[in-house]
Amino acid sequence: MNTVLEVKNLTKFYPEVKAINGVSFSIEKGICFGLLGPNGAGKTTTIEVIEGIVPPTSGEILYRGKSRGARFREEVGIQFQNTELPAFLSVKETLETFRSLYGRKSDMDELIEICYLQEILNHDNRKISGGQKQRLLLAMALANDPELIFLDEPTTGLDPQSRRHLWDIVRNIKAREKTVVLTTHYMEEAQILCDIIAIMDYGKIIAAGPPEKLLEEQCSGTAVILHEHIDEKTLNSIQGNWVRMKDGVEIYPENLNDCIKTLMNLGINLSKMTVRPQNLEDLFLKLTGKRLRA
Amino acid sequence: MIRRIWTLFKARNMEFFRDRAAYGWNLLFPFMIIIGFSVMFNEDQQTMYKVGVIIDSNTVKTHDSENILVSVLEDIQYRNFRKTKYIEFIEFNVFNHALDKLKHHRIDLLINPRSKHYWISQTSPKGYIVEKLLKAGVENRKFLYNQKKISGREIPYSEWLFPGILGMNIMFSALYGVGYTVVRYRKNGVLKRFSVTPLKPYEFLAAQIISRIYLLFITTLIVFLGCTLIFGFKCHGSYLSLLVVFFLGGFSMVSVGLVVAARNSSEEFANGVLNLISWPMMFLSEVWFSLEGAKPWVKTFSAFLPLTHLVDGARRIMNDGATLFEIKYQLLMLA
Repeated sequence: MNTVLEVKNLTKFYPEVKAINGVSFSIEKGICFGLLGPNGAGKTTTIEVIEGIVPPTSGEILYRGKSRGARFREEVGIQFQNTELPAFLSVKETLETFRSLYGRKSDMDELIEICYLQEILNHDNRKISGGQKQRLLLAMALANDPELIFLDEPTTGLDPQSRRHLWDIVRNIKAREKTVVLTTHYMEEAQILCDIIAIMDYGKIIAAGPPEKLLEEQCSGTAVILHEHIDEKTLNSIQGNWVRMKDGVEIYPENLNDCIKTLMNLGINLSKMTVRPQNLEDLFLKLTGKRLRA
Repeated sequence: MIRRIWTLFKARNMEFFRDRAAYGWNLLFPFMIIIGFSVMFNEDQQTMYKVGVIIDSNTVKTHDSENILVSVLEDIQYRNFRKTKYIEFIEFNVFNHALDKLKHHRIDLLINPRSKHYWISQTSPKGYIVEKLLKAGVENRKFLYNQKKISGREIPYSEWLFPGILGMNIMFSALYGVGYTVVRYRKNGVLKRFSVTPLKPYEFLAAQIISRIYLLFITTLIVFLGCTLIFGFKCHGSYLSLLVVFFLGGFSMVSVGLVVAARNSSEEFANGVLNLISWPMMFLSEVWFSLEGAKPWVKTFSAFLPLTHLVDGARRIMNDGATLFEIKYQLLMLA
């Protein structure tokens, strides 16, 4: 049995919000599982309930086939979305502090190397950049050489270079056969890192599976992007769906050739047209009727 | 368990000692207060004076002692003295009790109108002033009172004040150092981060308490040694007894700080609550002035404040050389 985590019919109700509304999934050992959804979809609440920070309203959570106990705390690593670091400590001292809280520990040198902390080891926590802070938080999550790692939007607010650094680290963790649960609202991140994704909206999982399979089954076509104003009547004459963008329109045609022919016949300027394969963001739009980053 | 508590203890201490502004303030504040009050004490002429009046229970049968005494004694000198503004007259039935208050600067002058004696503390500037006021009542008449000196050791005001300042410093450091810090930890997510490690809540609390008491010990020791060197203060009791009082007092204050921090994640609210707790303690625990003559409910309220017992216990050890047994009530209250 290789299932590391099993969530059965999980709910978390607040007086006016159903933050989690009957979520079920299971995660196999060694994979990266992505919870995808816009802000307020219930991703963070779901993993905080699993982590034991927020009590569930109902449902069952099993770690390695059993209820979570002391072993769960000892064997999981957690990186929160927003956490300040202890003030006046250096990066190395912070890491050593968190390592000392666990019975099992990662090798300090290896941890520093994996998370690219060599150059900032003696820096005060208050004087490191956003990307460096995220790498330290990730190192703290790995301090106990965990079997299961929760990463809650680890790259939110980072510049592209820092984001790629984080992705490298997550790939490295996966290569060590660790299991990763990642929440993100970046579809590119999910597509690159995740073996299985679950798309959440309004506290429910509305689609789940490997990203390629989901795209193949539900969103295998192309998207045509035009930076032109095209009236509704013209757009409705094309077979497929469309959605208005800030400076144009995005069309998801049933047949790309027919779509382009129609646009040419109508005299639309296609000189700035972009054609791309559909992605997870398009899938999300198709499933929910709204953009992922909305 | 010990390893985790030790880890947090070390981390918290590092935080404290590296926060130079806060650390410096913890050390500088008591010195500034003692120096500042010495200056104020010498220059401020607006201070209220307190005079103890010995009531002879054989001749006085009423609480309205002023009229009775004046009418019985026909004492113009005493009557003029009683009319002096800014002096509060406090009646005592037991002479030794009143004398003890004088020794401890709780009153500035003690007078027995019947025997025509008065007592002042030779080291008390306030006592000196009140004596002058008493003598001024003679006008052109012959001065009727004969001064009597206090037997035994007199306690200079600054020496009387010193245990109060130490106690107050312990109170602020414990309340804000624990209460405010835990609220900040909760607000910025550090507490949440610790909560998902194997660290148990009681281990976290134990580390906070031990760390703060250790830091209180270090800062109080530095202030104590500094003031001893600069001002020549002495502890007339056992240092071990003093350590016990400071430990229990610190523990009591840290506990109050933790109660404030419980479930509260607003630094502003915590600050307000800590002010609400610390300010009455600062003024009603006899740190700066005695509550002799205060209304009974004020004294009762004061008896519920841990700082009252911390300061009283420390004062009795440092000023009077009291033993732990002699301050068992204060220790019991702090425990």
